Amino acid sequence: MTAPPILSIRGLSVAFQSHGPPGRVVENLDLTLRRGEILGLVGESGCGKSVLARSILRLLPAPPARLTGEIFFGENLENLMAAGPQRLRAVRGGEISMIFQEPMTSLNPVFTVGRQMTEVVRLHTGAGRAKARKVCRDFLASVKLPDPETVLDKYPHQLSGGQRQRVMIATALSCGPKLLIADEPTTALDVTVQSQVLALLNDLTRARGVSTLFISHDLGVVAQLCDRVAVMYSGRLVELAPAESLFGRPAHPYTRGLLEAIPILSAPRAELLAIPGQVPNPADPPPGCRFHPRCGQRLDRCAREVPALTAQGEHWVACFNGHDR
Amino acid sequence: MSLMEFVFRRLAAMIPVVIGVTLCMFLISHAIAGDPAIMIAGPRASAETLETIRRTHGLDQPLYKQYFRYLSDISRGYLGESIRNRRPVLQDLKVFFPATLELTLASMLFCLLLGLPLGVLAAVRRNRLADHLTRLFSVIGVSTPVFWLGLMLLLLFYRHLDILPGSGRISVQFAAPSAVTGLYLVDALLDGDLGLFRDAARHILLPAFCLSYVYLAIITRIVRSSLIDSLEQDYIVTARANGLPEWRVVGLHAFKNSLIPTITIVGLSFGELLGGAILTETIFNWPGMGKYVVDSANYLDYPAIMAVALVSSLAYVLLNLLVDVFYALVNPQIRY
Amino acid sequence: MPWSIRKSGIDGRKAWPVPGSALWLLLRNPSAVAGGGIVLFMALMAVLAPWLAPYDPNALNLAARLQAPSLAHWFGTDEMGRDLLSRVVFGARVSLVIGLVVIILAGGLGTLAGASAGYLGGRFDNVVMRVMDVILSFPSLVLAMALAAALGPSLKNAILAVAFTQVPKFARLARGEALNIRERLFIKAARVSGFSAPWIITRHVIPNCLATIMVLATLTVGETILVAASLSFIGLGAQPPTPEWGAIISVGRKFLLDQWWYPTFPGLFIVLTVVGYNILGDALRDVFDPRLRGGRL
Repeated sequence: MTAPPILSIRGLSVAFQSHGPPGRVVENLDLTLRRGEILGLVGESGCGKSVLARSILRLLPAPPARLTGEIFFGENLENLMAAGPQRLRAVRGGEISMIFQEPMTSLNPVFTVGRQMTEVVRLHTGAGRAKARKVCRDFLASVKLPDPETVLDKYPHQLSGGQRQRVMIATALSCGPKLLIADEPTTALDVTVQSQVLALLNDLTRARGVSTLFISHDLGVVAQLCDRVAVMYSGRLVELAPAESLFGRPAHPYTRGLLEAIPILSAPRAELLAIPGQVPNPADPPPGCRFHPRCGQRLDRCAREVPALTAQGEHWVACFNGHDR
Repeated sequence: MSLMEFVFRRLAAMIPVVIGVTLCMFLISHAIAGDPAIMIAGPRASAETLETIRRTHGLDQPLYKQYFRYLSDISRGYLGESIRNRRPVLQDLKVFFPATLELTLASMLFCLLLGLPLGVLAAVRRNRLADHLTRLFSVIGVSTPVFWLGLMLLLLFYRHLDILPGSGRISVQFAAPSAVTGLYLVDALLDGDLGLFRDAARHILLPAFCLSYVYLAIITRIVRSSLIDSLEQDYIVTARANGLPEWRVVGLHAFKNSLIPTITIVGLSFGELLGGAILTETIFNWPGMGKYVVDSANYLDYPAIMAVALVSSLAYVLLNLLVDVFYALVNPQIRY
Repeated sequence: MPWSIRKSGIDGRKAWPVPGSALWLLLRNPSAVAGGGIVLFMALMAVLAPWLAPYDPNALNLAARLQAPSLAHWFGTDEMGRDLLSRVVFGARVSLVIGLVVIILAGGLGTLAGASAGYLGGRFDNVVMRVMDVILSFPSLVLAMALAAALGPSLKNAILAVAFTQVPKFARLARGEALNIRERLFIKAARVSGFSAPWIITRHVIPNCLATIMVLATLTVGETILVAASLSFIGLGAQPPTPEWGAIISVGRKFLLDQWWYPTFPGLFIVLTVVGYNILGDALRDVFDPRLRGGRL
């Protein structure tokens, strides 16, 4: 009775070839998102989760970034890695839309909200000026912005951070996407605003059946919102499970470390610092399991072999100690 | 606050600057070596004549009174009398000003038509061949003396290739168009005389390019650096993530943001244009204020030089006001 | 530059320049090396002019008037039969002097005025900066022209006029720096210890903004040479027998159509010199003072 997939990432690697040895920021990653679900993707900053999010829409500038692997999307599981630029533009904002972390800088300061929203609506739906404006007004109302008509004529700097993020959400939903990628959408907001925006996201995406990839380093937020949770460490997926299972019986030592760090998370914007050691440099990662230098239960083979993701029911983990515990 | 109010406030803020500028010109005029009375009457004038001139021109008055007299002269449009031809300088300027205006506008057009695309090209093709070439083009532009560039253009296009005329505004066989705006290109079109228009356009091509080159170089670099800056902003990622085509992302979303620093620099560079016009007009024998002031310099015709300096700095101040207004229009974060 | 590629440790001594030092950074920057090379070349040419120039730059030879470039006269001769190469070589002296004197005058006066204004603040600051605003509201060539005309056409007066127009730039920069420095602890300590304002300004404030000022100075030399040459070109600067590049072009202009070499070579040297200072200045700014970026190129 599992829903069919809407997005299926197969063997995705992302490398940046700048100066020095090319670092693989995402390595050989498999991830499937089911239709209608909200999948949380968590990990420390620098683990590659934002890079992964941007590579789904192929938004990383092409010369430094090099992508390999496959990204299948939609009912027909079309391979986005093989899509031409024109098709890609139709997907971006039309079928897959994205919300970013910084509402203060993600809107263009020299255009009005209405101008930026209608531009997207007209591009993807082919609506006329007046029709697009009406669509935008309705979406601004649906994200509970008071007086949407005047908001349309405002410039971003005249809105608060929370209001801007609502505008971003309205824009993201305005073209009826099948998938929403939300990259730390509430991290930059105040705690009270944060919970309002989260509730809004939850209501709107579930009501419209929009599948969501929700990226965060905040496990508390992810626990509230998500159906399944994927944990990423240094470019690889280390654990993937339904939310109750992951929070109830975390199998990977890294996940356990993250969960033990949760008390710190009650403070807004706290980074996960409770695990000793640092996220490895992608240009020079440790061999074997990348977590082993920081791991309390490492075995000899952890430094030599890469543990594969293995399943026990719906619960996947990449650890030699994994499910035995 | 409305735009009108903003303009008025900026106009009011100009008053001290205008006072400073006039005071500066007044003091420079008084620093001129020699007796202004002799300057006016000529070296062979008798003592009585000099005395009369001092009295009639108020030269026996204390300095501050002379300054007020100077101010009231200016406000009535009297800018002094040329030593060369004994005519009020303003009359001469009225004749020469439109030519300078036409040349300046034409070179502005060059700057925008070439400078903006070149800057965009350099930014988009950053650190590739096109970028390096525009960088070279710009470094040479800010390093080349305008007068020498003019000579080299003449040598190439007039002397060797012989495809463009080398001096004046129109060829001798044409008569000047009816003076509606004073700009020959516009007046020729108003007269419906396409032959004259073509001729005038061919004449303005070299001087306008010569005058624009420095400025073009500056605009190209500023557009490049500010566009690169804008292209790194988050809203560009948003625009791309929304599926906007690249030309809209660069040409609209990034470009409009990059206009804000560009306008500032363009405003600051107006002075270069006015200064450059002096030299360009001399080289291409363009009958404008610049050529007039250089001819005046050759005769040491002080009143004419000072009048041109005053008029052009006032024009400069006024142009900067226009830039400020335009800036406020482009940048919504400036609440007038 | 052999010492720039010498590796450390070969002979047991530390490599010079020290890696990471300012000089080391500059030597690794190709445009700094190119610009510095040009500037150095021009300076050497100026200093060594009497030995480099094949002829006396002012020696007339009416038999050899307006000759095209040849082995005997690489750059040809002018209407008096003077060797243009020799005149151009000696012209490097004039432009070097112009550049140096203007920078010393304008940089010195501007820095002193700006640093004092920034440090003292209050009415003094207001008056000084308003005066600077007025100077800035003239196009620099126009103001220099008016001044040079008023003082009388000569190289000395042209230098004074150009220097005058460049003062505000230095004053503005020094003022900004002084405003920052004023708040630093060692200045407060000096003030509390009873040192006088002039002492603090000259011993603490100015030395601390010198690095930024030097960058601006390098960037200004190019413009200075251009404006001074322009003044000479319109007859308000160096007067004809002086081998100044602008003045040579001014006379050579009459011969442009038939003796192309006459105005061409001196102009090429102006371009080369100014390009040198401009690239060197840009590189210095990139290395030492990213804050100045965006001001020009």
